[in-house]
Amino acid sequence: MSKVRIPAQLRTLTGGAGELVIDGSTVGEVLKGLDATHAGFGERIFDAEGGLRRFVNVFLDEEDVRFLDGLATPVTDGQTISIVPAVAGG
Amino acid sequence: MDFVSGLRCRECGRTYPAEALHVCDFCFGPLEVTYDYERVAATMTRERIAAGPRTIWRYADLLPVADPNPVDLGAGFTPLVRADRLAAELGLGELWIKDDTANPTGSFKDRVVSVALTKARQLGFKIAACASTGNLANSVAAHAARAGMDSVVLIPHDLERAKVTMTSVYGGRVFAVQGSYDDVNRLCAELTSEQPEWAFVNVNVRTYYAEGSKTLAFEVAEQLGWQAPDHVVVPIGSGSQLTKVAKGFQELWQVGLLDEEPSVRVSGAQAEGCSPVATAFAEGTDAIRPVKPHTIAKSLAIGNPADGWYALDTIRKSGGSCASVTDEEVLDGIRLLARTEGIFAETAGGVTIATLAKLAAQGVIRRDERVVAMITGHGLKTVEALADVVGPTATIAPTLDSFAEALAADSEHASIQRSS
Repeated sequence: MSKVRIPAQLRTLTGGAGELVIDGSTVGEVLKGLDATHAGFGERIFDAEGGLRRFVNVFLDEEDVRFLDGLATPVTDGQTISIVPAVAGG
Repeated sequence: MDFVSGLRCRECGRTYPAEALHVCDFCFGPLEVTYDYERVAATMTRERIAAGPRTIWRYADLLPVADPNPVDLGAGFTPLVRADRLAAELGLGELWIKDDTANPTGSFKDRVVSVALTKARQLGFKIAACASTGNLANSVAAHAARAGMDSVVLIPHDLERAKVTMTSVYGGRVFAVQGSYDDVNRLCAELTSEQPEWAFVNVNVRTYYAEGSKTLAFEVAEQLGWQAPDHVVVPIGSGSQLTKVAKGFQELWQVGLLDEEPSVRVSGAQAEGCSPVATAFAEGTDAIRPVKPHTIAKSLAIGNPADGWYALDTIRKSGGSCASVTDEEVLDGIRLLARTEGIFAETAGGVTIATLAKLAAQGVIRRDERVVAMITGHGLKTVEALADVVGPTATIAPTLDSFAEALAADSEHASIQRSS
C-alpha cells in the first residue's frame, strides 16, 4: 500500500482529502488505482497516450519518477507518491 | 484600475477569474494573464508613460494589478548601456547591456516581486513566501519587509553566502533545505496545497509574478526611443523571463506604442551543467528532459524548468538560438564584461556574456543586428565564484621600492608600465 499525496487542484475529486492510501506495485498501477476509486482522476493526470500530462510531475518519495522508471517504477510498501503541478518556480 | 480581463490556460484555453491561481484546474497547464488590449491602447501613451515614476510602475497599464501605492523599493528603469568596447571584442556592431544589477536588491527579481506582492496584498495575503535560488529570496524578504508582511523563504542549503545574508537580514523566516533547488521547488509546490493562505510568489501567484518580467522589454524599447532591438540574449533558469520578454515587445506593438511591428530574435543562455533547454534546442526535440544541475551559475540551476517548453518554442519561432557554456567560460564572461564595460555581473550574467560571445563567434548573432544582452544580477552576490581567478596584483610593503618591484614584475598589465 502506498500513500498518495493529492494537490489542491485535485481535491475536489477526493472529497477534500490531501492523502489517500492505494494499492499497486508500480507508480502507474497506483495512479490507475486512484482513477478506479475516484472517477475522473485519469483524465486529469494522463494524456491521450496514457502517459503523464506535460504539466504533471509525479515523485516517488523525493525523486521525480522521470529520473527513475517513469510509470513503470516499482513501489514498495510505505513509500509516498506525490502528484505535483509542474508549473512552479524560477 | 487594471485592464486584466482574466486568466487563461495556455494549454487548453479554459478561462478563470483573476484570483490566486497558477495552473489550470483541469490540465495543470500554466495560466496566463489576459488583458483588454483595446482599452489599454486607448489609455497607454508614450506621454503617459514618460510622466510616470522611474520604476516598473510607469508601465502599470500592462501589469496585472493597479495600485496607486504598490509594494515598491524602486525596481526597474535600470540603465541600458551602449557597450561598444565589448562589441568590438566580440566582433559585433550595436550592442547594449540591460544592467539589471542596478535594481534595489541587485537582480531582476525585484521586478517580478514588486508585481507579485502588490497583487498578493490586493488578494488579501499577509504572508509572502517563495522557493528560491537566492535572488528571489533576497527580493521577497526585502519587499515583504517594505510592505510589513511576514515572509517565509525556502532556499537550497548550499547557496552563496551573500545571498543567504541578503535574505536573512530582513528578519523573515529563512529555511535552508538539504537538497537542490528542484527539491525546494517541489516542497513549495506541495506546501502551497497545505498553506493556501501564504502567497508563494513563484507558485500560487506565479501567474502575476511572471508578468513583471515584461517590463524588461518595455524599458529596452522605451530606452531605444520606442524601437525594439533585433536580437536579445536572455539567461534561462525556469524560462519564464525569456518568454515574458518576447511577450513584452509584442504587447507594445499590440497597444500601438511601437511604430514598426517588432521582429526580435530571442536567444537563450544556459550553463552547461544545467542546460535542459539548450540540449532540447540542439537535438531538435520538443521534450525537455530534466537534469540534475551542477554549475557555479546557481541562480540558473533549475533542472526541471517550469517554462522550459515555452522558452524553447519562443526561441524557435523568433529565429533565435540557445547555447550553453562551461563554468570556465562563465568566469571569463564575468571578467570580460567587467573589463570592457565596468559592469560586475553575477554568474548568471557570465552565462549570458559567454553565450553572447559564443553565438557571435558562430555568426548566429550578426554584426548588422542591434543586440541587447540581459544582465540580471549583481556580481557581489556570487563573489565566491571568482575567488581563485581575481585578486590583488601583488601584496607589498608600504615602500616605494616594494611598489616599483611589484610593478615591474606585473606582466599582466604591461601597458600601464609602458605608459608610466
